[in-house]
Amino acid sequence: MDPSRGRDDGAQQPGATGDRSTLTLHINGTEQTLTLDHRTTVLDALREDLGLTGAKKGCDHGQCGACTVIVDGRRANSCLLLAVAHDGARITTVEGLADGDRLHPVQEAFLDRDALQCGYCTPGQICSAVGMLGEAADGFPSHVTTRTAPVSAPAPLDAPEIRERMSGNLCRCGAYPRIVEAIEDVAP
Amino acid sequence: MSQAPPPLGTPAARREGRDKVTGTARYAAEHTPPGCLYGWPVPATIARGRVSAVHTDEALALPGVHAVLSHDNAPRLKQPDDPILAVLQDDRVPHRGWYIALVVADTLDHARAGAEALRIAYETTEHDVVLSENHPGLYTPETVNGEYPAVRERGDADRAFAMAPVQVDATYAIGALHNHPMEPHASTAQWTQDGHLHVHDSNQGSTTVRESLAAAFGLRPQQVTVVSEHVGGGFGCKGTTRPQAVLAAMAARHTGRPVKIALPRRQLAAVVGHRPPTVQRLRLGAELDGTLTSVSHEVITQTSTVKEFVEQAAVPARIMYGSAHSRTTHRVTALDVPSPSWMRAPGEAPGMYALESAMDELAAALGIDPVELRLRNDPADEPDSGRPFSSRGLAACLEEGAARFGWYDRDPRPAVREEGPLLVGTGVASATYPVYIAGSSASAHAATDGSYRIQVNATDIGTGARTVLAQIAASVLNTPVENIRIDIGSSELPDAPLAGGSSGTASWGWSVHKASTALLRQLRECTGPLPAEGLTIFADTEQETSEKSPYARHAFGAQFAEVAVDSRTGEVRVRRMLGVFAAGHILNPRTARSQFIGGMTMGIGMALTEGSTMDPVFGDFTESDLASYHVPVCADVPEIEVHWIDEDDPHLNPMGSKGIGEIGIVGAAAAVGNAVRHATGVRLRSLPLTPDTLLPYLL
Repeated sequence: MDPSRGRDDGAQQPGATGDRSTLTLHINGTEQTLTLDHRTTVLDALREDLGLTGAKKGCDHGQCGACTVIVDGRRANSCLLLAVAHDGARITTVEGLADGDRLHPVQEAFLDRDALQCGYCTPGQICSAVGMLGEAADGFPSHVTTRTAPVSAPAPLDAPEIRERMSGNLCRCGAYPRIVEAIEDVAP
Repeated sequence: MSQAPPPLGTPAARREGRDKVTGTARYAAEHTPPGCLYGWPVPATIARGRVSAVHTDEALALPGVHAVLSHDNAPRLKQPDDPILAVLQDDRVPHRGWYIALVVADTLDHARAGAEALRIAYETTEHDVVLSENHPGLYTPETVNGEYPAVRERGDADRAFAMAPVQVDATYAIGALHNHPMEPHASTAQWTQDGHLHVHDSNQGSTTVRESLAAAFGLRPQQVTVVSEHVGGGFGCKGTTRPQAVLAAMAARHTGRPVKIALPRRQLAAVVGHRPPTVQRLRLGAELDGTLTSVSHEVITQTSTVKEFVEQAAVPARIMYGSAHSRTTHRVTALDVPSPSWMRAPGEAPGMYALESAMDELAAALGIDPVELRLRNDPADEPDSGRPFSSRGLAACLEEGAARFGWYDRDPRPAVREEGPLLVGTGVASATYPVYIAGSSASAHAATDGSYRIQVNATDIGTGARTVLAQIAASVLNTPVENIRIDIGSSELPDAPLAGGSSGTASWGWSVHKASTALLRQLRECTGPLPAEGLTIFADTEQETSEKSPYARHAFGAQFAEVAVDSRTGEVRVRRMLGVFAAGHILNPRTARSQFIGGMTMGIGMALTEGSTMDPVFGDFTESDLASYHVPVCADVPEIEVHWIDEDDPHLNPMGSKGIGEIGIVGAAAAVGNAVRHATGVRLRSLPLTPDTLLPYLL
């Protein structure tokens, strides 16, 4: 059985009805117009309708972070987002991070540090790290940020900050120390 | 074999790393053949009884629902090799969560809605789901997991204990633990017109799963193909065939279409095995100089009514420390609970928590340093069998670990290091894991362009199997690793055992080594150019690996931990951990380090956060998802330092390696618990050490 890139039997393709809507998602720079069941999450739309299986389903309940993608510039658990509520959203998945053959610096750092084992949490970790670096640059504090830190200035990222900010992404293989090292490598 | 030749021992990068960081590596649920349907399994909502009716009308009337399978209409299986696979065959409900139906629909949303619309009627029977030390059903099994005898005795342990001037008599309890790999079990199954079953399955060994599916469906193994190219972790719970593979194949046969099933996370606890709870009584008797005279380790645990699985927690006490008198026993009772199974270091992980905690208690009672106490009881031969060790690096690990950790700087008195509201302490524990090996086959091919291709049905569950096997072949063929192509993860490749018991690299690697060696010999004998099709050599190691070693073969290690306990909240934070391991030659330091760290991380979870409780009323694991069952998160895991002592052990395999996938968890929880005791003076004897259990002793 050869893998196919998403469904091709039209199961999801009938037009909009009371239970379905047509919407457009901008995924990794490509406009995708889909007619989807209102219950379909962004994660299932990516994985089952578009064949973009980089985002993983670990729990489907927002508990593990394996499905993390970047939605309109911020990281999000795509299993908690209903696709119908994200018409027009700009979504970057792990497949959209590299520039052609040139990996994103976070991807490169994960390889350099062996910050993965089974690889199932890895796309979520990487998207989360990219989103987290953006949050820190925008001055978002975390639980461990000192109260005296200047508001709105970029938050410095030491290891405790990275650990705290990456704690929404579970890794059962225990690659955390390596993940922290990888992110330290690319953090400003 | 003295020195492993290069490129063995070099830190080669993970071959599939780029696929994994770019999201192109495909896992079992990421294959969607044309016409694929989705299956949603339906678990029983009673703890014991039978299904009296499955009302399917409402479900079948929903859009997109193609079929509902239950014991009323599911294909009959022939002879499943594991009773947990006999799903939808009869009306019996042996435990809550047992699958009683499967809804098949054209989309995930439709399948889930169909499952919710199903109405099941039950006849319930009284259930019995709670393990206790005086449970009337407790019995002594013949053997425990790993086929070890359930009971071993030497000398008179009771008498020696009674006469010992220093005694520790303590009982430790660990609740159920769940593997929870990040990828839930998944299968995509398809039958072709010639009656061949093709399955993409998430497992730790697709030769094993092929045999199992063939038995279940009455097929010859050649009529089944199981592919497991990338597997998102297993930790034991994918070591055997799991129900989703059988359900997907049944549904595909029933509907005539490919069917994909990815198990919902919340269902896993009931159907993929778990580490069963144990109650472990340790009695250590010692002379005043610390010499152990009596070691008793008595384990009580549970299994299900479906099958007997006995966690072999008392087995490590048979090999760890010398003592003239010893008793190690296991008793088990069959409850109306999900079937337990393998979880990373079954036996060693819980057993060494208890033994190494008791050793710490003994050290305190004697006033002897815990490292020193272990060194004084380091035996020359394996205590249980009298066999010599092929190599035993425990003392070296303890000594090197103590030096690197700064162990001897510690004030041995408990509860004397305060940093404001924090109480700080350090702890140590030993680790051990046996050397297992199984027969494997492999082929080695030399192409006319000078490249090589190795084929073996190994499974990479995150260990870096592709990488290390390529290194083994390259070292034999004396060629750069880049010149080796390696194919794993399909039952169409030469048969191989599963990735379990920390035996994968040794088992697969030996067959790769043997095939490569034979190929090299043939290439040297070959005069003139290679034939256009190249040269292929097939090898298997059934004979070599079935020979019983005259040596006791085990890996050893030492774990050190520093913790800070918040006296206001009871929260325990691990500040640093350090492990030193002696596991033969380390074949790839880069991937090996990741595995050791991973095991120690799971040990932090076992010590501090992971716990599962059986609800006595519902017969259900209360913590069945990742919001309630707390695997460690990034913020729980500090810097973890890993070192190893390279052992030159000629009694293992041609690579000189011992397994490394499991020993990292062994002893880790004891080291943390011992550090908590040192920090606070409080000895808790059950895990996990959550704030609510610790705080009452700190106020």
